[in-house]
Amino acid sequence: MSKQLALVIDLNVCVGCHACVTSCKEWNTAGAAGPLSDQNPYGADPSGTFFNRVQTFEVGEFPHTETVHFPKSCLHCEEPPCVPVCPTGASYKRAEDGIVLVDYDKCIGCKYCSWACPYGAREVDEQQKVMKKCTLCVDRIYDHSLPEAERKPACVLACPTSARLFGDVHDAESAASKAIREQGGYVLMPEWGTQPANHYLPRRRTTMTIHADELERHDNPLKVDGQLPRPSTSEPALDDVTSW
Amino acid sequence: MRPAWSVLFLTTLIGAGQGLFLALFTADVLVPVEGRFLAEGAIVAVGLLLAGLVASFFHLGRPERAWRSAAMWRTSWLSREVIVLPLFMAAVFAWAVSRYFVSRETQLILGITGVALAMALFVCTGMVYACLKFLQEWHTPLTVINYTTLGCASGLTAAVALAAWLQPGLVRPFASAAFFVGAAAYLGRVAALARNARLRPRSTLASAIGVKHPRIRQIAQGAMGGSFNTREFFHGRPREVVRAVRWTFLALAFPIPALLLLFSESSGVLIGAAFVLQYAGLLAERWYFFAEARHPQNLYYQAIA
Repeated sequence: MSKQLALVIDLNVCVGCHACVTSCKEWNTAGAAGPLSDQNPYGADPSGTFFNRVQTFEVGEFPHTETVHFPKSCLHCEEPPCVPVCPTGASYKRAEDGIVLVDYDKCIGCKYCSWACPYGAREVDEQQKVMKKCTLCVDRIYDHSLPEAERKPACVLACPTSARLFGDVHDAESAASKAIREQGGYVLMPEWGTQPANHYLPRRRTTMTIHADELERHDNPLKVDGQLPRPSTSEPALDDVTSW
Repeated sequence: MRPAWSVLFLTTLIGAGQGLFLALFTADVLVPVEGRFLAEGAIVAVGLLLAGLVASFFHLGRPERAWRSAAMWRTSWLSREVIVLPLFMAAVFAWAVSRYFVSRETQLILGITGVALAMALFVCTGMVYACLKFLQEWHTPLTVINYTTLGCASGLTAAVALAAWLQPGLVRPFASAAFFVGAAAYLGRVAALARNARLRPRSTLASAIGVKHPRIRQIAQGAMGGSFNTREFFHGRPREVVRAVRWTFLALAFPIPALLLLFSESSGVLIGAAFVLQYAGLLAERWYFFAEARHPQNLYYQAIA
């Protein structure tokens, strides 16, 4: 089976800091493919092109709620619905590593692929007038001038909690595959048969049972915490010299 | 979905052009018609198609690369539409001028080619929308059927108007055809409305973020000032406006033009008004077609902060 590079995002670990968003924007706006343009970035109504956004959801009803931070980017589907609809062939899925890419030189900006993506992963660059989306930092991950540890998408390197894993999900032994297998990895909107390559790891219940006796020292029968009574001078000491 | 005006004009104008050509060719086959009327009518049809083609360019971010869109006809209905539209225009033009140069048989062959291309174009245009399976409002055979029948109805009304102006003898047959095709188109569109009113979205917030809980509320979408996702997939109009557009197209797409045709007594002004009002109604119909479609990506853009 061929390679399928993907991200595995651990929602149990993500703290919603947006470091992946800013590092993605920083790396991808500086690339050879041209900037990810912003409109009115410091004005009243800022807007811009992003490959990755962190959204926040509240699950449950107050006071029993949980906050879920949810990073969303292109899922590099194994059956990408955006690819066959493209009239020019600008949108394509690479055979060698499964990354879904847009050829900015072929794209006519008809936006049809964005209609065909149920996840809203594609955004038009209002300045270049072409469709853009996450490239899995294709210009980083094969760059041999970088140290091997840095040949990863910018978002993965930036994540302070290591909530993002990057790897080949077709390789059963990769860290990404193991995480999916062992931690209940799932895909978004499985009902449409797009078979996203990116997976998410679910929130986990973090509980700890502490029994009362674990809060007390077993050598403190008087239940008085603090300094123990000073031993009397007649009590033997370990060396019989330093005794009181 | 946000209705894109370029697409509204494209689909309604080429629909009228296709319908007009089909009406003229049918008339040519069934009854003896003066060749000049057919040629002039076909030129009007080419004009409508050309106007639609021009409108479509306004939808593109990079119109200078539009030629590239013919590449992926194996997989993309949009690409197929891009190929069939100019072929159809060429066929209609050839059919229009053929009566001055070639035999009746060649004319018929050109006309039949035109009919085949017109039907192919209807299928392509409809399938551009109907093939998107998660736009459940569009993913139905009714989409293709309605694009076809509404286009035919619009073209027949245009044919009545042209006949009133150039060939009064054809007003009655064209008007009765326009009435029956219009009624059938109206039924199909109402059927689509009824179907879509009962649709239940297959995607929910729970499947969108993969948290199995009935109560999920978005509290941030990752941007404060909106994004492409909030602009392209939300029409942003109040419910009253959408409802008003629906009643407008339900009145203008068939009932009012039909009444005008019934009581026009070959008055050119009234028949012309029937075509214009019906065209406005079909624009409203297409606007509603877009506004009605709920894209699943909207689940991720429910609240700004």
